[in-house]
Amino acid sequence: MSPEISELTITALRFGFLLLLWVLIFSIVTALRRDLAVGRRTRTGAPTARQARKHPEVAAPAPQSGRRPLRELVVIEGPLQGTTVELASSPILLGRAQESTLVLDDDYASGRHARLFPQGSRWFIEDLGSTNGTYLADTQLTRAAPVEPGVPVRIGKTVIELRP
Amino acid sequence: MSQMMTATKPRRNIELLLLLLALVTGIGANMLVGLEADQPFNDDFFIQAGTLTGIVLAVHIVLRFRAKYADPVILPIVTALNGIGLAMIHRIDLATGQSAAASQLLWSAVAIIAAIAVLLVIKDHRILRRFTYISLAVSALLLVLPLVPGLGTQINGAQIWIMVAGYSFQPGEVAKITLAIFFAGYLSTNRDLILLAGKKVGPLQFPRVADLGPMLAAWLVSIGVLVFQRDLGSSVLYFGLFMAMIYVATSRVSWVLIGLGLTAVGGFVAMQLFSHVALRIDSWINAFDPEVYNRAPGGSGQIVQGLFGLASGGLTGTGLGQGRPDLVSYANSDMIIAAFGEELGLIGLSAIIMLYVLLVTRGFRAALGTRDGFGKLLATGLSFVIGLQCFVVIGGVTRLIPLTGLTTPFMSAGGSSLLANWIIIALLLLISDASRRPVARGPLPDDDLTAATQHPVAETSKQNSTNGAATEAVKKQ
Repeated sequence: MSPEISELTITALRFGFLLLLWVLIFSIVTALRRDLAVGRRTRTGAPTARQARKHPEVAAPAPQSGRRPLRELVVIEGPLQGTTVELASSPILLGRAQESTLVLDDDYASGRHARLFPQGSRWFIEDLGSTNGTYLADTQLTRAAPVEPGVPVRIGKTVIELRP
Repeated sequence: MSQMMTATKPRRNIELLLLLLALVTGIGANMLVGLEADQPFNDDFFIQAGTLTGIVLAVHIVLRFRAKYADPVILPIVTALNGIGLAMIHRIDLATGQSAAASQLLWSAVAIIAAIAVLLVIKDHRILRRFTYISLAVSALLLVLPLVPGLGTQINGAQIWIMVAGYSFQPGEVAKITLAIFFAGYLSTNRDLILLAGKKVGPLQFPRVADLGPMLAAWLVSIGVLVFQRDLGSSVLYFGLFMAMIYVATSRVSWVLIGLGLTAVGGFVAMQLFSHVALRIDSWINAFDPEVYNRAPGGSGQIVQGLFGLASGGLTGTGLGQGRPDLVSYANSDMIIAAFGEELGLIGLSAIIMLYVLLVTRGFRAALGTRDGFGKLLATGLSFVIGLQCFVVIGGVTRLIPLTGLTTPFMSAGGSSLLANWIIIALLLLISDASRRPVARGPLPDDDLTAATQHPVAETSKQNSTNGAATEAVKKQ
């Protein structure tokens, strides 16, 4: 040991290092504290798959609005005829691109053709700048429009509709 | 998920702050080691500090561009672990006269550059789903490679290494990743089938025999690794990975029971048939028997010396550079946890374990947040494999379970392990980016139509759609 570094300094540095390790950990936990709210949310929020299976009554939260909620998207015409997609609370991307929710096998559809999204108790459709356009009951979309149940939406050769 | 309070901020500045703190920790450890050896600020110290700082900051900058919403604490945690590990390897080098720290630093650089490459090339983890069966083939290849005569080498009784151009590499480490990709792809596709079919016995729903196929395959792979490569640790790791992933995919306890049953059968048969497994178990149960302690192959000397080291460390440890961790064989790889326990004490060792716990929870958090099933399963599998590896190593060193030769992630000397674990971190960062990135909701502003959905694949898919548009226009005419 070199003479200029005393035993005391070494001991101080030794404990200082242990302290530093825990300071790092507490900083990390502090940075995460808002994220820890996830536990509270799960308890009050959506039941897990297991809870839903064990207690069917908590599985389906009863919708409050008078309107019957839309449950599925059905392809009624085109190459994918008969396909259904369940409507959850997340937006649905329609198009030929692989990352679409419903990948259309349709030469007349664009890569990212249109988007369906929920707002309030209704679903809206919006064209994403497709080449051949999106038609809601024979009217070409120019802006986002609400989709009522049973109204056909045409994308290329594919026709879809939403059902309760 | 978008109502979550934290989901919208990138939080890269917090990451930078924590990263600096983590670098101070790692470099500080190295400085203490140097002070003790009376050569505090020599060239080696500055090369080590400079290299680590430089490449880790490079990852941070790449994240700012590529994965702005990635979890802010993953990178600092891993940096701290890697830095402290480098310091300890350097410290053991000083005692034994090896030069493992230099090669560990080189491998850290290679591994982190590989992680940057993953961040830049993959961009979106969902692309990996296309490689489900390719990764199965790659895993099989990686697991068979060490058995190829001429290429594989046997080190310390385990046939898990290959020698290429003078460098040894452990392909099984990379197989962890490819197997996780395969399981995630397979289970996210076939989940419903596995979940719905099957007989109900009491409170448990058992799967159909046909759906047991993949589980039996995973079991056979693990047994194969155990029998042909004589590597108990990896065998436990692969099977544990599969069991965790199928449990998460189906939330059926019956899978875990079947898996534990298969493990028990496999373990019992292996103990009867293979001497190396039986010796491991014996040196675990009768570790303090002098006869077992001194036995030439498969004795318990290593574990017991590690325990003595932990004991002499006590609560606060002897201080970095002041203990004798070099008395334990493989002090800088398999037994590095014992070395930390001796020099940093219980307080320091629990801090290290805490860092691993936080890392694994952040991986699970990314899995909870992400919206696609494949990403959920992949993040769960990858973080579980890190957690399981820590459990197997630390449990082995502290004699909770039999010691199996696995590396401590990010700390042990060993290039293949570092490389594989940094790639895992890159994938977890990508998945956490996808999970925290806000989803587009409601009508989009008119000028923002092309930037519609949430992902960095936007560029490639935009190209797709313009190409598509060209062909469509032709078709129209």
